[in-house]
Amino acid sequence: MLELVIISALNGVLYGLLLFLMASGLTVVFSMLGVLNFAHAGFYMLGAFFGFQISKWFGFWWALLLAPIIVGLIGAAVERFALRDIHRSGHVAELLFTFGLAYVIEEVVQIVWGKDPVDYRGPPSLDFPAFSIFSTNYPSYKVFMFAISVAIFVALLIVIKRSRIGLVVQASLTHPQMVAHLGHNVGLVFTLVFGVGIGLAALAGVIAGPILQTQSNMAASLIALLFVIIVVGGLGSLAGAFVASLLIGLIQTFAVSLDGSLASLFGPLSPDAPQFLIRNIWTVTIAQVAPIIPYALLILVLILRPMGLFGTRET
Amino acid sequence: MGKIALAFLLMLMPLSGFAMAQESVRIAYIDTLSGGGASVGVARLKAFQFLAEDVNTKGGILGKKLEIVPFDNKTNAQESVIQAQKAIDSGIRFITQGNGSSVAVALTEFVLKHNERNPGQEVLYFNYSSIDPVLTNAKCNFWHFAWDANSDVKMEAITNYIKANPSIKKIYLINQDYSYGKSVRAAAREMLAAKRPDIKIVGDELHPMLKVTDFSPYVAKIRASGADAVISGNWGQDLALLLKAAGSSGLDVNWYTYYGVATAGIPISLKQVNLNHKVFGVTEGIANVDYAPSREFEKRWRAKYGEDFVLFAPRQVNEIKMFVAAAEKAKSFDPIKIALALENMEIDVFDGGKGMMRKEDHQFFQPLYVASFGELKASEPFDEEGTGWGNTVVAKIEAKDTLTKTSCKMTRPQ
Repeated sequence: MLELVIISALNGVLYGLLLFLMASGLTVVFSMLGVLNFAHAGFYMLGAFFGFQISKWFGFWWALLLAPIIVGLIGAAVERFALRDIHRSGHVAELLFTFGLAYVIEEVVQIVWGKDPVDYRGPPSLDFPAFSIFSTNYPSYKVFMFAISVAIFVALLIVIKRSRIGLVVQASLTHPQMVAHLGHNVGLVFTLVFGVGIGLAALAGVIAGPILQTQSNMAASLIALLFVIIVVGGLGSLAGAFVASLLIGLIQTFAVSLDGSLASLFGPLSPDAPQFLIRNIWTVTIAQVAPIIPYALLILVLILRPMGLFGTRET
Repeated sequence: MGKIALAFLLMLMPLSGFAMAQESVRIAYIDTLSGGGASVGVARLKAFQFLAEDVNTKGGILGKKLEIVPFDNKTNAQESVIQAQKAIDSGIRFITQGNGSSVAVALTEFVLKHNERNPGQEVLYFNYSSIDPVLTNAKCNFWHFAWDANSDVKMEAITNYIKANPSIKKIYLINQDYSYGKSVRAAAREMLAAKRPDIKIVGDELHPMLKVTDFSPYVAKIRASGADAVISGNWGQDLALLLKAAGSSGLDVNWYTYYGVATAGIPISLKQVNLNHKVFGVTEGIANVDYAPSREFEKRWRAKYGEDFVLFAPRQVNEIKMFVAAAEKAKSFDPIKIALALENMEIDVFDGGKGMMRKEDHQFFQPLYVASFGELKASEPFDEEGTGWGNTVVAKIEAKDTLTKTSCKMTRPQ
């Protein structure tokens, strides 16, 4: 029992940090620019495929460095030449644009790399078990992922809250005219922030690609979960996203290891209970519903605390 | 004047359709050509077209060319029915589909209804991959033919293999939470209890289908259960991610799966986490089966598509081979005559040996192979997906040992 608890806690934290890695860029873009970027998971996928291609040519470490920069530049270009004009037409137009962009990215990836998964691997230098608990190996690649996630969290927090750049960025969102009058190029700030947010998505792709499957449908299944994280954490709150990621990682992991159902709690239903509906709900185990729990959490949060756990404004 | 022209056009329309049908016999391929399952759907389409080319270079069927017409069903039951109607409206009388049992159930019911309502316009449904046993049991009908071994038949093969391996003592079941996954687990429980009552089932998991990104918690559970073997009917990313999570955490069990060999994407994942001959699959044929004609076909196929690692399925070859044989036997493309000719038809299957289309339920029975994926022996020329590893036959189960009971009661045309 203790073994399962410790292993589950570890797995939960690792999974949660992977989720944070993916959600961080989305939070940055939303909290700074107010753009709800549906194409985020698409850029994440683009990062994974660029990572795959570059690591094939020059090795993984170059991929880790170059892929986020290249994808970030693409993101900056998208902001500068498309999103900035669309911004004036309001949120709905932005939403529709990023929604369409997500499809375009998926199609492009399919054209270039095909529809099958590609053989994307982590660096050979991290190809050994870092430690082993109760005979479960933890690859050092996962430890590396852990370190990167925490580093990104700390770095972002410092830049946004403590640095001059962070101040200018935050001010540009609330008082763009005033910031412009003070001599800052507000447009450039927005482009940079969007580029960094997209770069973070790509970084997540480069790192997550070897663990998950690098395939042209990897974006589609992810975006919903990422929205859950930023809504539960509080739209635009970095700390909130961090806590929500860990929370969801842990809840999902622990839920899987629980085999309890209403039947095991209260005993089986009497045989003449209606077969339809009731019986199904009675016997379904917590493990079976585990991946749906985040969405239930989303609904609860929206009802009880619409600004999210750490949010400052209403969603 | 306008009315006359319109009437003239209306008269011409059926004529033009008829003229086209004269040139070729068409099979509508209604399957996933976009979205998540597209990699499989497109590969299978290429294989059918490759087979049609083969038929046509040999002079076609009864002097007509065979043509495969693709329709995208987006793995959606409703969309499949719409596409099937479209195919029928364009004069096609043969439909083939394989991916997704929910789609297959919708299609078989649609075809049944259509044929009841449109006598003389019957349509046949050739199912090459959907393996929910319901298709050849409760929902069977005269118009549906299944070429892949259904889920129960595959489990019969797996459990026969397990029966002969006394070292397996504790088994964990993990499957996707929908009708197919549930039928896999039910069949496993029933057959293990009959063949190896000493085996303990230490876990029976159903997880949501195509929603899990991190399988480590499931792997932790399997490890905690002390299982020495796992049975899983998973496919696609649910199988790849599960095996990857297991391999990278060092879980040492044998995997008995339906799709662990000869499916796209799995070999790459297995090589990545170094699972060498740990994953077993059951299939009607693999590239390395020691049979000259199938190896020759494999070479031709790989010369054309090998670099893109496009896979074909031997059951597709069997389907086209039997369609050609049935048309030639019936000397007609009348669907009813072809269906009657297919019943109880015996052929030499793609990987050698005899196969038979059972009349009672239209389920095809053929020799099945249990194979494992890993390092190759010198006598095995084919690797998978450029990994250097390939599939090795571990056991062959003869067709007669895979016969399952059926509850099918179909009404046949008089």
